[in-house]
Amino acid sequence: MAIQTELDAILAGYEGRGREALLPVLWEAQGAFGSISPEQVHRISHALRLPEADIFGVIGFYTLFHDEPTGRRIIRVCTDPTCALAGADDVLHHLCERLAIHEGETTPDGEYTVEHSPCLGLCDYAPAALASARAEADVALPTVTAEGLLSEWNDDYFDPAGDADSALLKPTLNAAPETLPQYGDYKSLRRAIAEMKPEEVIAQVEASGLIGRGGAAFPTGLKWKFTRGAAGDIKYVVCNADESEPGTFKDRVLMEHRPHLLLEGIALAAYAVGADKAYIFIRGEYPKATAILAAAIQEAERAGLLGGAIMGDAFALDIELRRGAGAYICGEETALFEAIEGKRGFPRMKPPYPTTFGLFGKPTAVNNVETLCAVPSIIEKGADWFKAIGTDGSAGPKLVSVSGHVGRPGVYEIEPGITLRHFLDEVCGGVIGDLQTVLMGGAAGTFLMPEDIDLRLTFEDLRAAGSTFGSGAIMVFNQTVDLRDALKRLGRFFQHESCGKCFPCQLGTQRQVEILERLDAPQAGDAERLLDIGMTMTEASICGLGHTAGIAVMSALEKFPELFAPIPRSLPPK
Amino acid sequence: MIKDTIKLTLDGEEIEITKGATLLEAAQQAGVDIPVICYHEATSPNGLCRICVVDVDGGRVLQPACVAECQADSTVETRNERVERSRRTILEMLNASVNLDEAPEIQQMMADYAADDARFPDAHLREHTLIDDNPFYVRDYEQCVLCWRCVQVCAEDAQYTFALTLKNRGHETSVTTAFDISMTESPCVFCGQCIGVCPTGALKPKLEWGLEQGWSADEIWQMTRRERKRARENSDGE
Repeated sequence: MAIQTELDAILAGYEGRGREALLPVLWEAQGAFGSISPEQVHRISHALRLPEADIFGVIGFYTLFHDEPTGRRIIRVCTDPTCALAGADDVLHHLCERLAIHEGETTPDGEYTVEHSPCLGLCDYAPAALASARAEADVALPTVTAEGLLSEWNDDYFDPAGDADSALLKPTLNAAPETLPQYGDYKSLRRAIAEMKPEEVIAQVEASGLIGRGGAAFPTGLKWKFTRGAAGDIKYVVCNADESEPGTFKDRVLMEHRPHLLLEGIALAAYAVGADKAYIFIRGEYPKATAILAAAIQEAERAGLLGGAIMGDAFALDIELRRGAGAYICGEETALFEAIEGKRGFPRMKPPYPTTFGLFGKPTAVNNVETLCAVPSIIEKGADWFKAIGTDGSAGPKLVSVSGHVGRPGVYEIEPGITLRHFLDEVCGGVIGDLQTVLMGGAAGTFLMPEDIDLRLTFEDLRAAGSTFGSGAIMVFNQTVDLRDALKRLGRFFQHESCGKCFPCQLGTQRQVEILERLDAPQAGDAERLLDIGMTMTEASICGLGHTAGIAVMSALEKFPELFAPIPRSLPPK
Repeated sequence: MIKDTIKLTLDGEEIEITKGATLLEAAQQAGVDIPVICYHEATSPNGLCRICVVDVDGGRVLQPACVAECQADSTVETRNERVERSRRTILEMLNASVNLDEAPEIQQMMADYAADDARFPDAHLREHTLIDDNPFYVRDYEQCVLCWRCVQVCAEDAQYTFALTLKNRGHETSVTTAFDISMTESPCVFCGQCIGVCPTGALKPKLEWGLEQGWSADEIWQMTRRERKRARENSDGE
């Protein structure tokens, strides 16, 4: 009875809404009850007018949703490459030992469930964990130990960031998010509304040379122009804050440090393309950034900078924060739309592209967090100022997330054009030990060797070298690392995160990890198998996840062929 | 009336085709065979099996012929080295995950593309136990290739019954009902359309399955009659 009353109270808040409310409803229901039962699905089905089978399918797609009872507390320890270097396996092992359970199990008293997790974006605080307790907000935990995870959870980390002359990041003052008075009252937005037509905002962004910071490097101004020019009165802006690429955590730091910079960027995008509704889709593993953004949205609404009739003008903007639920694929823009629409996060076929057929089938400008954060200063200081930073092909400041064997892992704002050597030696505290290799661009990136260290960090230089800047992730491995272990973890990541829609990726990520798991004793033909799998995923998959799921492995095949040779070898020195 | 057509080169031959036609339609018009697994005339194309991929202008990625529109003045190769590698590898990987014994069309494709049926040793075959939970058909998801057609005809493509869904994701995806309830407990109306569009032996009428087990038609009739009666009683009792 109590459950019914509480669920009905939750559902009352969504009256009149349909499928698009599904993920928020599931989050609330699970927050109250720990998992979602058949009876609850039955009631949600009636309230949102959705088939029960569909709701069940959605719950099963997102790893942070549960349709079976879990412990009152759930601890998820990241075991991706960077956290593994910092001893994540030991933490997980000790934790399970202390609780006398296996990974994936719940203690007999129903108190704890322990799982491993894909990258939590806390690579500069490795090893990291995500902790959930019934009816409480989730907590992202830095530099965890088994003992610490079983005592009070503490998320008071705050990444050091920014120099005085930084454009995106600011010097860390009080280890707290920038407030509205500190940030200022959205003067670029004021200026745009008062003095510029939407087309002029787009022209300014186009002239700046800003290209997308999410990994695909598409020109932002062009995307906005297409969206504004697309037929239809209803348009959307979507901020892609589903940052989940292992080794990438720049968007988290931006959101946790400078929420108003992002909100102003979104508002400028909405003004430019003609949208009065915007969504921020943030990954479920970022509870701290979610809370900070939610508070900042309220703060800006109270100040009349967001909401109806902004600054007395006809421009209005509602920004809705949507929480993902554990699916890397939702960083793919069309899968992200599906998630907001309340479906399994399957990527759509393109064309049609989001600028004509995006969220709810309407023209949509979908941009990465860092991309949107670059916009206010472009409007304030002009396209020429932005263009003067960096190179012709990589205009403007760029954030880099560096993790692994460096003196000071973290997020750094760089001027594109500096070399990898300069970055490693002068910016992030130098390589610890002897450099073996750098995984450039995240899990979907390529390996750079010590002899590549004078490459310039720009989109064009890295592309020309057969690599990628991607989302700006740099993972550094010294000579003590057994790369086979890192490759296994990358393989597990993609196998876990493939949505399963298209055959090349659904089957390829599985076949790939099967071979990577036996790299200690490869079979004859394994290298050829991995190459066929990688090429097939790259050339025949539907979306960017499949296109890149074999890139790092194929790069390793080229750079470290000895790892795949079916002959006995000695282990690298520890 | 002006005919809106475009020209393109397909396997070296110039062809003219209605604007908006898919590459698969162009190939059919030109008499070129392109294999398909998930594509079916009666269901919305999802372009997910990717066995129909073709090379358009040597582009960075291959295009799924079942959904990709013909582009004017493009050059399409329906069977070059890139295409063959993708098709062959998809078939080899599929064969390592799914029991294809009762999928003669896919077996033929494996022969056509010289796919090695032992290419991936020690691969994880998707294991499922046969589900016999209703008087009308059995479900053997070990034979399921995840073409989605059954889920689609159960939903907006035909019946609007919504008994079926996909569960989990990636390689562990499977077709099921809400919370894996039996078909008789589900909204299933036993229209049989899912069986009609299944490209393998994953969905099979009970009579056909029973005959394969060596039972006589009478024996099967006796069995399913009892089941039907039970199902009726259960639904009356609700």
